[in-house]
Amino acid sequence: MSEEKRPYKTDFGPPDYRLLLHPVIKKNYGKWKYHEVIRPGVIKRVAESGDVVYIVKMGTPRLLATDTIRWIADLAEKYCDGYLRWTSRYNVEFILTDESKIDPLIKEIEEGGFVVGGTWDATHAKYGITNIVHTQGWIHCHTPATDASGIVKSVMDELIDYFKEMKLPAFCRISLACCLNMCGAVHCSDIAILGIHRLPPVVKNEKLPKICEVPSTVASCPTLAIRPDPKTKGVQVNEERCMYCGNCYTMCPAMPMADPEGDGISLWVGGKVSNARSGPAFSKLAVPFLPNTPPRWPETVGAIRKIVETYAEGANKHERLGEWIERIGWEKFFERTGIEFTDKHIDDFTLAQVTLRNTSQFRW
Amino acid sequence: MSETPLLDELEKGPWPSFVREIKKAAAKNEMARDHLRLLERCYKDKRTHWKHGGIVAVRGYGGGVIGRYCDLPEEYPHVAEYHTIRINMPTGWFYTSKALRDICDVWDKYGSGLTNFHGSTGDIILLGCPTKALEPCFQDLAYLEIPFDIGGSGSDLRTPTACMGPALCEFACFDTLDFIYEMTMEFQNELHRPMWPYKFKIKASGCPNDCVAAKARADFSVIGTWKDEIQIDQEAVKEYVNELGAERIQKEVVELCPTKCMKFDPNTKELEIDNSNCVRCMHCINKLPKALRPGKERGATILIGGKATFVDSAFLSWVLLPFVEMKHPYDYIKELLRAIWDWWDENGKFRERFGELIRRVGMWRFLKAMKEEYGIDIPADVRMVEYPRTNPFVFWTPEDREEAKRRWRK
Repeated sequence: MSEEKRPYKTDFGPPDYRLLLHPVIKKNYGKWKYHEVIRPGVIKRVAESGDVVYIVKMGTPRLLATDTIRWIADLAEKYCDGYLRWTSRYNVEFILTDESKIDPLIKEIEEGGFVVGGTWDATHAKYGITNIVHTQGWIHCHTPATDASGIVKSVMDELIDYFKEMKLPAFCRISLACCLNMCGAVHCSDIAILGIHRLPPVVKNEKLPKICEVPSTVASCPTLAIRPDPKTKGVQVNEERCMYCGNCYTMCPAMPMADPEGDGISLWVGGKVSNARSGPAFSKLAVPFLPNTPPRWPETVGAIRKIVETYAEGANKHERLGEWIERIGWEKFFERTGIEFTDKHIDDFTLAQVTLRNTSQFRW
Repeated sequence: MSETPLLDELEKGPWPSFVREIKKAAAKNEMARDHLRLLERCYKDKRTHWKHGGIVAVRGYGGGVIGRYCDLPEEYPHVAEYHTIRINMPTGWFYTSKALRDICDVWDKYGSGLTNFHGSTGDIILLGCPTKALEPCFQDLAYLEIPFDIGGSGSDLRTPTACMGPALCEFACFDTLDFIYEMTMEFQNELHRPMWPYKFKIKASGCPNDCVAAKARADFSVIGTWKDEIQIDQEAVKEYVNELGAERIQKEVVELCPTKCMKFDPNTKELEIDNSNCVRCMHCINKLPKALRPGKERGATILIGGKATFVDSAFLSWVLLPFVEMKHPYDYIKELLRAIWDWWDENGKFRERFGELIRRVGMWRFLKAMKEEYGIDIPADVRMVEYPRTNPFVFWTPEDREEAKRRWRK
């Protein structure tokens, strides 16, 4: 049908996933028996029928050119009958039924500049670090306090062995959000990289009343630091109350926050979402501020390496970062990682009271 | 000399490079080329050069397109308008190569040739589309052999997300793909037309491992679980014992059980589970997948209120219904969602998430409204709390007082 004649289509929804499943998946849907990781990056899944699929897991930078997606489609056609899937952490899972095709596929992936890994073997307590969930940063966002892709690239280059091999005692999920808005919802990660601002918004009252709604701008402030300014019909910011979250800027473009020196990165540790052993937990502040140092962010990369290595050395099998800290105590976490504990680590927001220590049980 | 000396540094190293991807697109697309140049500028200035969006949408929809403009349009004219289109991914992120190629062909025709597979909520992100190309691009996607629709954004139902579920995973305690696809199709209007105080997310994980982080990220989190006994294959346990040794089974399975409800007999090489004390955490099943499986009486826990920090702090979802059966077409859950949205819409402030509203007015008011205004009776259950309240500030309603009178008068 020519483009002019076709009726305008809406509300038809995503494609039916059943049309996109490999025949062997369709056949064994809901009848999988067990899985095992036969080598880093390769998972064998066995169905009750005896059918077997091999999943080859490939890391990607999330940001992909269409030509790269076509190359991925080529690989899927050559090795997987044209079927594949993505994981929630941007890895491609190639779905193979022929074991002999695993090696040639991995060879082509590596020749294409991509990497295979990101798996874990719970049975043998050997875990890899998988891809870093992240946000847009300077690639495409208007509120970021740091970039996203560049830091992820720099950290993954540094931790590449942890991706390709499985040498950690437990999962270590790393996530990055480039501002407190947290599109990446990093707040329950083993290690969260979070962009922060440290300066109050610059209020541009000469244009604010024209482009922003004052009541919703006032309401956007978690600490009630913003109030209407009758003189300009704009707003005033009580800078002593501002904790630089940037929510006002999200509501009102006349209150920009970005500042090359004020902005930077904070690191948070010990969160998880699974229920395995201990329950889900929030990440807690480890490093309050590291500067934005593009293109390679050496301070951030170095701090993460130190945390990962200290954890890997000290943790028991199956012990997540937060569970390890729970066991050794926060005193020891700061001591062993060499990270300084500061007044910034003591909470002062709505749920602060529950984070303060009530016991005299200390480790010295 | 290179135009992008800073970004060139990020082409080095073993991890696949996003800069290489942008350069690949830039070689044949002037939008991608300006994007590359602008990103170098961001790296130099250590700040973003993207501006607020304003309202940009396709006809008939209020969500799914994120307006984006560059703050230096004279210097970077091809990214002056450079919007994001969110495309509702196939449930579970399953694709055929044909479906992928078709999307790429449409995108090369209208946009930058750059994508995210995938965005944080799970959509396919088409990164960088001029305003006038939005509608034809959408309609070309709509008329593909496997058509793709636009996802959510703004104060609407965001694109619902599922783990791979029973398609590939033996742990799935319900059909996450069927459930999420059904919700997505049922609530197309809510997904495309922002009408609420703020965003609302639905995510489903098939087991308590919660691979899509539903509990941390969704206002309505559905986590698979079971009620009866863990299924044990003692022969497979023996195989694991022979492979790992009895000591590792004792130390890494039995001793790491959070409720210590397991016993291992090194002589018989058998595992014994006191299921009445099992809290279904998944540790032993993750560890011994050939030998242990979730029980047969399967369903899901429904938790509500999860969200990231803004404005009232981050919340993890909390239990609303400890166990529900998950049967297609999920009428009870649809009814519950409609009631939740109506109550939240009536009572929520502008940009107040569902969980924040409950925090402001109290869980009891929410439960009372569900029962009295919507006919959904969710009785208080000890599984809703970590522990009972520690303060005596209890709200007693007139009905409570009447009820007490009746009960104690005798």
